[in-house]
Amino acid sequence: MMVLARWWDLRSLANPVHALLDWLRDRFPDWVAYVVSGLIGAAAIGLFLGVAMLLLIWVERRVIARIQIRQGPNRTGPAGILQPVADAIKLMQKEALTPFAGDKWVFWLAPVLLFVPTVLTMGVMPFGEGMVVADLNVGVLFIVAVGSTVPLVIFMAGWASNNKYSLLGAMRTIAMVLSYELPAVISLLSVVVLVGSMQLGEIIRFQREHFVWNVFLLPLPFLIYVTASLAEIGRSPYDIAEAESEIVAGYHTEYSGMKFGLFYAVELANALILGGIFAILFFGGWWTFGLDRIIPGWLLFLVKMLLGYWLFVWARGTVPRLRIDQALKFSWQFLIPIGLLNVLLVALEVAIWAETDAPGVILLPFAVVNWLGAAGLVVGYVRLLRLEGVQAPRPVLLTDQIGIVTRVTGPVGAGAAGD
Amino acid sequence: MEGFGVVSAFWVLSAVAVVSALGIIVSRNLLHAVLWLILTFVALAGLFITLTADFVAVAQVLVYAGAVGVLVVFAIMLTPSSARTNAETRFFGPGLLVAAAFSTVLAYVALATDWPVVARDAFQTTAQEIGSLLVTRYVLAFELASLVLIVAMVGAIVLVRGGRTVPEEQVEAAAPAESEPEQRQEQTTAVQVH
Repeated sequence: MMVLARWWDLRSLANPVHALLDWLRDRFPDWVAYVVSGLIGAAAIGLFLGVAMLLLIWVERRVIARIQIRQGPNRTGPAGILQPVADAIKLMQKEALTPFAGDKWVFWLAPVLLFVPTVLTMGVMPFGEGMVVADLNVGVLFIVAVGSTVPLVIFMAGWASNNKYSLLGAMRTIAMVLSYELPAVISLLSVVVLVGSMQLGEIIRFQREHFVWNVFLLPLPFLIYVTASLAEIGRSPYDIAEAESEIVAGYHTEYSGMKFGLFYAVELANALILGGIFAILFFGGWWTFGLDRIIPGWLLFLVKMLLGYWLFVWARGTVPRLRIDQALKFSWQFLIPIGLLNVLLVALEVAIWAETDAPGVILLPFAVVNWLGAAGLVVGYVRLLRLEGVQAPRPVLLTDQIGIVTRVTGPVGAGAAGD
Repeated sequence: MEGFGVVSAFWVLSAVAVVSALGIIVSRNLLHAVLWLILTFVALAGLFITLTADFVAVAQVLVYAGAVGVLVVFAIMLTPSSARTNAETRFFGPGLLVAAAFSTVLAYVALATDWPVVARDAFQTTAQEIGSLLVTRYVLAFELASLVLIVAMVGAIVLVRGGRTVPEEQVEAAAPAESEPEQRQEQTTAVQVH
């Protein structure tokens, strides 16, 4: 897209910012522009997250209501769009209780600190060409590193509550995040090996240069990353840490008022940010097969981000919660081995590519090999482990018990449905 | 522009690192000490960034603030009376002595070393260089590290298994382990019916 380098050309939002900073640099000492650029980045992230969360609460509640065949919030404003505002006002009015036997300072710090990784991840997210607070060289690793501090904060919340359900929830979170961090990192490794850079902007430029989305080249890493990242942010089907039928609300059982609101908001924001990470790593970020010549790239990126979020809401509305042992087993026994094998495959392809000095067209056979490899790995590994998935309970035959040929319908004895 | 940011970042991060390091030794609550420790790690990561070592900084957050932090938290969970006020110990004197000796050595090394000063130019990428060094010049150390990790992993598995020696036929037979309790239950009910 021919973006003019003038401040009023909002097809790239970097233009007004650069214009303002240049203006400041001409008139004031250097540090003014430095501080202002930081403040602009912070304000942009804060505004974006604030507006997005108000919108997303409404989207989530309405969509889930539609999936579950009910109305959802529909009284506050047209189609209930003001419901998040009402929710926020209600939460702020509520008393923020602190458990008497809890650890007051840690209890207070946990919801605040939980926001930090979320905001930091937003800092490396390129919304458009040049529209990023900091395009780090180690962007992918940065996202992983920042995400790795989340279980600690959740542990702080669970531990400071001095409540057994909170602690159980926190322990479950740590087990989950530790298990699913590995497959997530392994799948990101495939992308990094193929692109040859950990810089998010560079990953998008790679996809533009070769006119292909990474998801077509790396289907298995994408699937693994969707699964693993869902588990890492602890949304259903992986909301084991706050399974209300088992451990009340997990690590935020004791939180009330706006402190609870922060936990809720971070969950939503994390889902949105993961949508953004999918868009960058696997769907070309702001680049969309030349469509970004007509429509501003940052709008396309937002659409992709929201589609990723939509996927999570959809999963939440349709997939039942896993049991903790099932979830951990799935990661260690299935995702990690096939992820590692896939990394080997991708590394081999990259080595061939580098050795033969082939042009970018070679990506086409690579894509075919990767799709076949993905299917082969999944099917082959399932066969190898003789994993049979979740089986419907077999109707118990009375012959098994007493030897008379009479068929008993319905669940009798072990294996009743819906445990 | 660079100068102001880096200098102010250095002082803020140093202050955070020193204060939180003091917090580790001052706080009586073990979990608070761990939280201070993690804050120290994060501040050190920031200091690495001011030294243009971006990869090391991020790895510091990933490994120390993330993984090691969780590990220490788990260790504390298994420590009795971790959250209560830890009283004076008789190791106070010797501990102080060792700490004083160690910090003297560190201070001497820091002051005596002729630190090389690199001219400040554009922020250089370090990740690629570290990566290629790891698989060329330092490949032996890299492989040894992975070997150590595998040994540690196998050791952990052996420890968790609790010293039971399982014959190989049973290991292979244990693959469809889920169906076992169900079968047993069926057998017992059958016996009862008879």
